[in-house]
Amino acid sequence: MTTLMEFKNVDVHYGPIQALKKVSLTVDEGEIVTLIGANGAGKSTLLMSIFGQPRISSGEIIYRGEDISQKSAHYVASHGLAQSPEGRRIFPSMSVEENLLMGTIPIGMDHAEEDMQHMFELFPRLLERRNQRASTMSGGEQQMLAIARALMSRPKLLLLDEPSLGLAPIIVKQIFQILKDVASTGMTIFLVEQNANHALKLANRGYVMVNGEIRMTGTGEELLVNPEVREAYLGGH
Amino acid sequence: MSQAVGINFKKSSIDALIAGFMALILFGPIVGVVLDGYGFNAEFGRVAWMVGIVVVGRFIMSSFFQTEKGKALAFRYANNNEGVEVLPPGHKSKMVWIIPLVIVIGLVLPFIASKYILTVVILGLIYVLLGLGLNIVVGLAGLLDLGFVGFYAIGAYGLALGYENLGLGFWSMLPIAAIMAAVAGAILGFPVLRMHGDYLAIVTLGFGEIIRLILTNWASFTHGPNGVSAPLPTLFGLEFKRRSSDGQTFHEFFNLPYDSAYKYMFVYLILFVVVWAVLFIKHRLVKMPIGRAWEALREDEIACRSLGLNHVLVKLSAFMLGASTGGLAGVFFASYQGFVNPSSFTFFESALILAIVVLGGMGSTLGVVIAAFCLTVLPEVLREFAEYRVLMFGILMVVMMIWKPRGIVRVTRTGFAARKGVVK
Repeated sequence: MTTLMEFKNVDVHYGPIQALKKVSLTVDEGEIVTLIGANGAGKSTLLMSIFGQPRISSGEIIYRGEDISQKSAHYVASHGLAQSPEGRRIFPSMSVEENLLMGTIPIGMDHAEEDMQHMFELFPRLLERRNQRASTMSGGEQQMLAIARALMSRPKLLLLDEPSLGLAPIIVKQIFQILKDVASTGMTIFLVEQNANHALKLANRGYVMVNGEIRMTGTGEELLVNPEVREAYLGGH
Repeated sequence: MSQAVGINFKKSSIDALIAGFMALILFGPIVGVVLDGYGFNAEFGRVAWMVGIVVVGRFIMSSFFQTEKGKALAFRYANNNEGVEVLPPGHKSKMVWIIPLVIVIGLVLPFIASKYILTVVILGLIYVLLGLGLNIVVGLAGLLDLGFVGFYAIGAYGLALGYENLGLGFWSMLPIAAIMAAVAGAILGFPVLRMHGDYLAIVTLGFGEIIRLILTNWASFTHGPNGVSAPLPTLFGLEFKRRSSDGQTFHEFFNLPYDSAYKYMFVYLILFVVVWAVLFIKHRLVKMPIGRAWEALREDEIACRSLGLNHVLVKLSAFMLGASTGGLAGVFFASYQGFVNPSSFTFFESALILAIVVLGGMGSTLGVVIAAFCLTVLPEVLREFAEYRVLMFGILMVVMMIWKPRGIVRVTRTGFAARKGVVK
């Protein structure tokens, strides 16, 4: 398997505060990799640093053999990296279709119809609501929309920041089922999650982040049974 | 409660009394105390009238909203003011016939209207241009700009100083002023790229003031508060003066008796064409990807950036296009007045333009046109009440914010689709 994205000794500072400390991780093509950790561990910072927000202070982010750590956000987005940001961030006053079309910005509208059709197959709920304003949908539907919007740019690597945030357990289950379906099409997924149980069950490999450092790594099953992880993130049962 | 449908007059009376008391506090010092030399006269009669009108009005209103009709009306307003309405992509408005009608009326107007009406309408159209420009920045891109008058001033002074120093006339300055204003927009845009909301408002407010202070204090170049005269437009070299030092004048060429109204007619007709051109361009822009990008940026900047939208380009384009429209308006203003000085470009102008955009409905083109005429033509029509103009302005604002917080014309937007009828 070839490496798609790699973090090499990445440091990130917010002013005097160091948010990431010598973080190294790899994402291989066709894999689902998850990064779990508590609040404030630096998970979202890591994801945002791929887009240069904030810029890393040292280290390298290699994506398909190229260091993208100093590139602008739109450059990164137009080279096959798509993000579904934390808190969904859909466009509330736009219809579902319009939101999806916004996702085609990095690649242009050439495949828009075809891809939208595909998204509606993947997320039948969105088809029902295609002309509805996005703000009028439920949280789960909005999350589906955010994921679909990210997929509209035909990414090589899908970055997801806490897709389970603020959703009911049954909806979280649905979302993870959808992610499984997306992954089965060969999509590489890098998933940042607090919901360690779901994330580790889905992922091929996982990283555990504590205070800006990678504390542990292993396959999903390994981490799921690891006593330390169970204690800290799975409530000890 | 025994009375299910009836009107609760007790409640209405209480409402009326409260409103009357508020009116007494408000109008008491403003209307009741009239300065007379070093002393003052208390005019209780006038206050009583004002308060009486408010009490009766509030009573009628309160009673009305308890009837079935009133309830329905209140319900409609209460539920109808949220968000942008998205129409299906293929939607065609039934009001299209109104456009040719307005064009015909607009073209006939200068030949039947008096000179006074014409000047008022010209002023209205100038504010339409300003409103449309600011509408791009505030209404579409969601960047609160309180210094818009700066671009207006750049356009106006561009014409006046360009004529004085370089001998450039109206026609050459029209595009140059638009470009100058756009460049100024970019200069303002760069430092404020990272700012939002209040911070952006303060910086832009500062920008407007800087421009005005430069115009006031750089006396060797701008003649300071004395102002500069600005040229009138020419028709293929024909001037609209009584006598021309070089070449023929308009009335001599066409063998007409001299009439100062001709120049206003001409300014009006050019302005009319330019306003329609700007309306058309704006209409197309909103449907283009750049228009969508503006609206997306207004709704959620972080989402935009995660989608790979170049926010620098999007914000700067909004600033520059808005500014260039403001610059155009400035050229017309200078030409129509024949004279510019810094007192025309105070913060009050910025506030007025912003009021036009807010009253018209953020992002709504039609609303901006209506509001621009309301706020510029109405004060002229109501000359007799000139003293109460600002009071009326304030009342209008308060009433609008209560009843129509989304503006006169609610923003409806035709949805966009990749291509019609493909996705089933």
